[in-house]
Amino acid sequence: MDSSSFAVRCRNVIKVYDTGSQKVTALNGINLEIALGELMMLVGPSGCGKTTLISIIAGILDQDDGYCEVFGEDLLNMSIQRKLNFRARNIGFVFQAFNLLPALNAAENVSIPLIINGMKRAEAERKAATLLEQVGLGARVTALPSELSGGQQQRVAIARALVHSPRLIVCDEPTSSLDHETGHRVMALLKDVALHKDRALVIVTHDARIFDFADRIAKMDDGCIVEVKGATNRNLSFHQPTRSKR
Amino acid sequence: MNTLVRCQFSLHDKLKLSLAIRELKTMNHIAIKMLMGDKGKYLGIVMGLTFASLIMTQQPAIFLGLMSRSYSFISDVGLPDIWVMDAKVQFIDDIKPLQDTELYRVRGISGVKWAMPMYKGLLKARLVDGTFQTCNVVGLDDATLIGGPPVMLEGKLADLRRSDGIIVDIDGATDKLGKPSPIPGGKTIPLKVGDSLELNDHRAIIVGIAKVTRTFQSQPVIYTTYSRAKSYAPKERKLLSFVLVKAKPGQDLTELTRRIRAATGLAAYTQKEFMSLTYEYFMHNTGIPINFGISVLLGFIVGAAIAGQTFYNSTLENLRQFGVLKAMGTSNWILLRMILLQAVLVGTIGYGLGVGLTAIFGYSMRHSILAFKFTWELLLFSGTGVSLICIFAALISIIKVIRLEPAIVFKG
Repeated sequence: MDSSSFAVRCRNVIKVYDTGSQKVTALNGINLEIALGELMMLVGPSGCGKTTLISIIAGILDQDDGYCEVFGEDLLNMSIQRKLNFRARNIGFVFQAFNLLPALNAAENVSIPLIINGMKRAEAERKAATLLEQVGLGARVTALPSELSGGQQQRVAIARALVHSPRLIVCDEPTSSLDHETGHRVMALLKDVALHKDRALVIVTHDARIFDFADRIAKMDDGCIVEVKGATNRNLSFHQPTRSKR
Repeated sequence: MNTLVRCQFSLHDKLKLSLAIRELKTMNHIAIKMLMGDKGKYLGIVMGLTFASLIMTQQPAIFLGLMSRSYSFISDVGLPDIWVMDAKVQFIDDIKPLQDTELYRVRGISGVKWAMPMYKGLLKARLVDGTFQTCNVVGLDDATLIGGPPVMLEGKLADLRRSDGIIVDIDGATDKLGKPSPIPGGKTIPLKVGDSLELNDHRAIIVGIAKVTRTFQSQPVIYTTYSRAKSYAPKERKLLSFVLVKAKPGQDLTELTRRIRAATGLAAYTQKEFMSLTYEYFMHNTGIPINFGISVLLGFIVGAAIAGQTFYNSTLENLRQFGVLKAMGTSNWILLRMILLQAVLVGTIGYGLGVGLTAIFGYSMRHSILAFKFTWELLLFSGTGVSLICIFAALISIIKVIRLEPAIVFKG
């Protein structure tokens, strides 16, 4: 498998938080590769470093050591402006708390990534409305987040993550605020609409009910990946867990 | 080849610039929606700025009105170019009488077209009901009546030549010199032409009603002739308050005042200089500026505290939203512009409302005793104050947003 087949390649990634009185090692030598077309889930107990890892992969946090490549680009050594542009074009976000802008309606929320990428507002909102229809919210285009149910808000968030056709979508606990049935529907939608052969999904979750949707599941503990389960038929070059202590 | 590369670069730069401008314009729309999303907070910020703007405009307007009254008597006397007085006079009401012979000395100075005497003093008037009221009595040159009231409402200035004739200002005639109402607690009856008063045991008959600019002390103003004023005044060796001088055409006023000072040893000021002297006296020797200054400062501080704090709180509450925008690829520069736009918007609305309310206040009080002077400089002053509050509020918010780690979006 050549390097262009990978969305993400992390080698010996280390992240230490300095809290003043003490240093907390959040990631302790992470090695991970996520292939294009793959839905990877990161699981593990709270505080094991899952969120830190997706933050680094998404380019919104810098590692202290190691190497992390997203679509062949080393994010750590990118200039701030290039990294912003890279994120704007290539990364889509889905958050646990949806993080929709409460003053904007569904279409306006979904259109934000397109606007950031320089599209005119009217055109961006038209495109957003089309995508909202695709996720089953065609009738709620002008609704404010406060007028939508949790499941509907998450569908708006998914539409927002997809509208600019990013190649990597990072999701943080996308179903934890939802009931079982709604969570299942959201995951089905995410897999159906988002997963694509030249796109990858990384989902951080505690929710064991959605594990079935994953191609692979990386289990993390204490800042390390301790186990990787799942689809071996993808012939991934690097799927063995490593546990390296500093 | 080089030209082609340059052309490509130029096109690329233009495209990037146009995209950035488009993004900025559209993000402005989001910034406004974020600002107005929480109606309560938005109104809180606007009300805070309105309050600050109102206090910073209204209080100085009253202050300016009050201060302008300190020299209103001088500005009402329009004809003379130069006022001559005792060298120790500090302001218009600080009368140090001169000998009548000083008038002739001034008349003899080259460059003086004419010089007229003026009496100005406080005398007690006995009203119909037997009560007394202190009045500002002005005695004008008997022949020319120079220095008379600017506007006559009833009668003519020349009527002062009639026996015992006086002219009373309308505010004094209506209010402080008014006759008591026959109904207990009723409104006073304004004095009218033909009514009489007693000034220092001398009969005075009202021959005219005039409109004058209110003075600082707000006492009734009574005009009469110079010789009659001297007869009303308690007997003193010297009774000439001012010599009013008109310069010959083409005379340099500064030079003429210098000549008068040199020749007589008296003080001589142009009208503007005398107004300024009076204004400065009130500025430096009364507590008025400091009292109003404290009000204005308090308005600024309270406005800054309410608006600045609410604006900052609003940014803090929207911090996660700014984090989301940052994570999605919005630059600090765009976020900074968004916050500045929000600050400019609330600042403009608050300032407009505050200034508007001040104007309404001033208009509604135009016939009252309240001193109020609303100048364009005040608009600049309060505009600067509101801008400072907005800049302060925006600055602390901008620092917070610029330092914001986009990774906050993943925190629960």
